[in-house]
Amino acid sequence: MSGAVDFCGLALEHPVINASGTFDAIAAQRVFGDALLADFPFSAFVSKTITLEPRAGNPPPRIYEVAGGMINSIGLPNRGLAGYLEHDLPSLAALPVPLIVNVMGSVADEVVQLVEAVDARAEIAAIELNVSCPNVKTGLDIGADPDELARLLAAVRPRTRKPLIVKLTPNTADVARVAVAAEASGADAVSLINTLRAFAAHSTRPGAPWLGGGTGGQSGPAVRHVALAQIAAVARRVTIPIVGMGGIQNGRHAREALDAGACIVAVGTESFRDPLAGQRIARELAAPRV
Amino acid sequence: MTWTAASAPLGRRRITVSDRRTYGAYGVLVLADTNGPDPQPGQFYMLAAVERWGGGADERPFLPRALSVLRAEPGRAHFMLEDVGPGTDRLLELAVGDDVWLLGPLGQGFQPPEEGRRAILCGGGVGTAPLAILEDALRAAGTASVALLGFRDAPHAQGAALLGDPRVATDDGSVGHHGRVTELLSAELDADPHAVVYSCGPPPMLEAVRAICEARGVPAQLALESGMACGFGACYGCVVPTRDGSYIRVCVDGPVVDADRLDTALVAGAGH
Ligand SMILES: Cc1cc2nc3c(=O)[nH]c(=O)nc-3n(C[C@H](O)[C@H](O)[C@H](O)COP(=O)(O)OP(=O)(O)OC[C@H]3O[C@@H](n4cnc5c(N)ncnc54)[C@H](O)[C@@H]3O)c2cc1C
Ligand SMILES: Cc1cc2nc3c(=O)[nH]c(=O)nc-3n(C[C@H](O)[C@H](O)[C@H](O)COP(=O)(O)O)c2cc1C
Ligand code: FES
Repeated sequence: MSGAVDFCGLALEHPVINASGTFDAIAAQRVFGDALLADFPFSAFVSKTITLEPRAGNPPPRIYEVAGGMINSIGLPNRGLAGYLEHDLPSLAALPVPLIVNVMGSVADEVVQLVEAVDARAEIAAIELNVSCPNVKTGLDIGADPDELARLLAAVRPRTRKPLIVKLTPNTADVARVAVAAEASGADAVSLINTLRAFAAHSTRPGAPWLGGGTGGQSGPAVRHVALAQIAAVARRVTIPIVGMGGIQNGRHAREALDAGACIVAVGTESFRDPLAGQRIARELAAPRV
Repeated sequence: MTWTAASAPLGRRRITVSDRRTYGAYGVLVLADTNGPDPQPGQFYMLAAVERWGGGADERPFLPRALSVLRAEPGRAHFMLEDVGPGTDRLLELAVGDDVWLLGPLGQGFQPPEEGRRAILCGGGVGTAPLAILEDALRAAGTASVALLGFRDAPHAQGAALLGDPRVATDDGSVGHHGRVTELLSAELDADPHAVVYSCGPPPMLEAVRAICEARGVPAQLALESGMACGFGACYGCVVPTRDGSYIRVCVDGPVVDADRLDTALVAGAGH
């Protein structure tokens, strides 16, 4: 397959990676066996969001299906930093592709600890910072506010020389302004979009949420055109590479994200319908345009 | 003796519907899964129609649907469906020659009873499905089993024909015992508690089975249901809480779990 690409110094075999939280390579290897390693669907593997302390995640139900997509309130369950490094990283290091670890903290100090610990591990090629999280001190979504994000990156950027990707939230008035702040504060790349805040109504209790976590985030093809607009808006304002995602289901969708200004694309929800979607999309992307 | 979960071929495969049958309120789809591995009883597959998956009620379905394997024979996998929403509705529309995307077999299935215990299969509604393949496997292993099935009414009770010689209960008394299948279960356990109970059905029934077995100290294996996006551990959407306070993913750690791992079998957001 042609289409090799350099992304922040990582030599990727093709421009399709997974979106954080939508593919568990360890579980998938248990299900599909070593065939998964021989035929890994993505050119890099992005972890689910890792936090400093373990998190159980939200109470079920966690998913609600909508027209052309889904709303999730998974709630970032994970083993916590120490558990991730001890239990998951050794298996993930055996994957045939570079590893990108996605981390999130609610105060700068937490993010600094996460980034320093990840920076120390040679198995990890790059860091993605999930900033779709309220600052517990100010209540502001870090990634929704350019100044909040700049303050966070001022603390975090000096702690690692690994490529630092800032995953932007679409739930903000002006995503391009946040992207500009990320670039100015030393981010090596930005990725977008994360899920769009959404609500699913309970079937029998008026006004109550269906999802155990209350509100959720919408993903899948239903959000793809919102993603394209946001990718294009960011691409007009920054020069650092962009990881484009949101509803990508096939090679044409990936091409449109690249044409909007993305350097590589990430596939999320489509992998739930087709575990090898990443590989299929890379193949379709490499085929000549018709 | 233990039964091992079959591991799924990597990726979804395009499979043709080779037969379509009706049992009252239920439909059975037979798929020509020529190269798939033999499933363990209690395992499931993710299915989606290749054509027109979407465009039903609320413009759904979008995600594939989890279905227990009803019965397996060389090169063929059978599924039992009840029309409860846009996904099952579309799958039940399929005719011989139509194609589906199939992923699986997935998850952890049932384990045979320990030496000397007989097997009691206790199912409700479409929860009959995994008990049929279990009954086949127990018969092949020479293990004695009885089957108890509960249904709403006579059209649903026709699903009982999918098992060998089950005792049936109906809510409206139109067929068999007038009442709940768990009443039949209690009577069986009164007669001889040296058994393992295998159960699948709507959450309230499953919870009643769990409570009955816990009270009597009878081991039980429950096939759980939960809303699933992926079926292979990717989304973390299908969790249920366990007794030790953690969540497990029904798709990779279940769907069959030992009842003593649970405080309750009532799962939020699952079932009809
Ligand atoms: C391991 C496993 C095995 C199963 N085996 C079988 C089987 O053999 N046969 C069978 O018929 N079924 C089986 N099921 C159940 C079946 O997969 C679900 O009922 C499925 O949701 C049906 O899809 P639907 O579109 O027809 O109905 P849905 O519209 O999905 O309705 C089914 C239930 O899902 C919930 N729901 C309603 N709307 C939504 C929404 N928008 N998003 C999320 N949830 C919603 C409600 O609780 C509703 O009662 C199994 C499930 C699991 C997990
Ligand atoms: C079930 C689910 C879990 C997710 N978990 C995470 C996560 O842990 N961290 C994160 O940064 N994004 C997470 N996301 C967002 C995705 O990475 C992606 O940004 C979004 O889903 C849009 O892409 P898609 O439409 O291709 O899914 C999750 C999305 C879904 C659907
Ligand atoms: S259904 Fe996705 S993790 Fe279980």
